[in-house]
Amino acid sequence: MTALVLIEAENGVIRQASRSAIAAASRFGDVDALLLGETGAEAASKLPGIRKVLHVPALKHALAEPAAALLAGLASSYSHILSATSSTGKNILPRLAGLLDAQPISDVVAIQDDATFVRPIYAGNALATVQSSDSVKIMTIRSSSFDPVNEDGGSASIEVLDAPADDGKSNFVKLEQSQSDRPELEVARVVISGGKGLKDASNFHTLLEPIADKLGAAIGASRAAVDSGFAPNEMQVGQTGKVVAPELYIATGLSGAIQHLAGMKDSRVIVAINIDPEAPIFKVADYGMVGDLFELLPALAKAL
Amino acid sequence: MKVLVPVKRVVDYNIKPRVAADGSGVETQGVKMSMNPFDEIALEEALRLREKGQADEVIAVSIGPQVAQDVLRTAMAMGADRAILVQTEAEIEPRVVSSLLKAVVEKEQPGLISMGKQAIDDDMNATGQMLAARLGWPQGTFASKVEITDGKVSVAREVDGGTETVALTLPAVITADLRLNEPRYASLPNIMKARKKPLETIAADSLGVDLTPHLKIISVAEPPERKAGVIVETVEELVEKLKTEAKVI
Ligand SMILES: Cc1cc2nc3c(=O)[nH]c(=O)nc-3n(C[C@H](O)[C@H](O)[C@H](O)COP(=O)(O)OP(=O)(O)OC[C@H]3O[C@@H](n4cnc5c(N)ncnc54)[C@H](O)[C@@H]3O)c2cc1C
Repeated sequence: MTALVLIEAENGVIRQASRSAIAAASRFGDVDALLLGETGAEAASKLPGIRKVLHVPALKHALAEPAAALLAGLASSYSHILSATSSTGKNILPRLAGLLDAQPISDVVAIQDDATFVRPIYAGNALATVQSSDSVKIMTIRSSSFDPVNEDGGSASIEVLDAPADDGKSNFVKLEQSQSDRPELEVARVVISGGKGLKDASNFHTLLEPIADKLGAAIGASRAAVDSGFAPNEMQVGQTGKVVAPELYIATGLSGAIQHLAGMKDSRVIVAINIDPEAPIFKVADYGMVGDLFELLPALAKAL
Repeated sequence: MKVLVPVKRVVDYNIKPRVAADGSGVETQGVKMSMNPFDEIALEEALRLREKGQADEVIAVSIGPQVAQDVLRTAMAMGADRAILVQTEAEIEPRVVSSLLKAVVEKEQPGLISMGKQAIDDDMNATGQMLAARLGWPQGTFASKVEITDGKVSVAREVDGGTETVALTLPAVITADLRLNEPRYASLPNIMKARKKPLETIAADSLGVDLTPHLKIISVAEPPERKAGVIVETVEELVEKLKTEAKVI
């Protein structure tokens, strides 16, 4: 059996979530990697355990329409096609599944055998064990559930592929990225998140950043904080945002709605700071502090 | 232009789901059911397009059991002009749903399909992309802004690194993310009016689609519980515990 993993590069570096997907794919047998866009082929060829890298420099923006068409052309050589549960993977792989009339398996957290997988449903309030009868199994992998392969150690060959014919119906216009020197949310060892309780965007920055700086932490947010404009959308943690499982997650001024818990309750250690002793976040917290975050956060920054 | 809005009946988002004792799924008996929140957002977007004069008709369609009529009535109370129920009592997966939706699309010929990015029960995030693939239409997933001009739709998408904008030639499929809009509530007079709007029922097995799932649910279990934590009184105590007990800093 051979698996194909759609991997993603950022500034020439393979994303950690893609390296987790490769680790998952290696359970099935040989692994090839598919890389879209101009950069990253060198880095991809060094990943351990890859047989060959298929590189499609022309698909710069990884639009789903040509990417899924390309994958559909490659599918017959593979038993499994995987990607990270990233916005790119979630955009492309179900479209591929539509072309192949297969049922995609989203956000796999465990692999039991070649056809049997575990995935969360109902915002992680239940875990379903599912079995696929598709000849090519298409799945996205929850990165926090699989330790990533290393960045180095392999020497795969690189094969350059052309983009498939394009009907011109889907066009990239722009990508607006917020710049940050902080670690990426999904790979950070420590995450500090703020919710509606931070009250405004300037508090969000002035209260969370000093702590994040001291701990080398990424900053996350609840949906209410993002909706209120305290933080950009890519910082949202939860069922419909990013799923994180850092060593330490510090939740401040957020209540712990099930949709938020879905994105962080597998963190190793959870700290909650909330003024309301009844807040549901305390049910998942290892260490809770009941009190006013406007006093506690500056004190915490000082104590660290 | 017609806009088609697929809607799903799911356990209300405010309810904490409970795994059924026999491990076959999640309890739905006697549990409050509602329209999938993302579908409400997708419907709201379609209604706004109609109100701006960019769409003439908004059609809500649900694939599901007889009781899914209630979410179609809700959709019409919010403002959909009419509704279609593709009825099946079977458990169906996105692969099947997208096939059935394709059959509805071929009959109705909408210029746009506005749907939720994921259903909050199975959390698959797949049906929109699969439907777009089957139709050969472009897709704008995880949409936070939608603008139609000259036969094209511009879609701002929430992606891992920020916001990406794509321009799609209509007809197209868009899947709504949380921040696309804030859906309206149905007013009492509109709820009354919705009772008189047309609701057509089509038997799913009359559409020539095989309803057998390719992904079989073998069992459903509770996730492991976290063990109870402790309340600390001071930040010094917290830092101390994080250093010596949890050893994370
Ligand atoms: C379909 C759907 C998907 C969703 N997806 C997500 C998701 O991915 N992520 C997500 O986070 N949410 C999501 N939500 C929203 C979720 O249901 C909650 O509404 C949201 O998480 C609440 O955000 P919050 O905790 O910041 O706000 P609130 O619930 O308003 O909580 C604010 C908290 O701050 C505390 N507080 C206030 N002042 C202080 C103070 N001075 N000091 C200390 N504490 C204080 C309060 O006690 C309260 O607990 C989703 C909802 C739906 C319907």
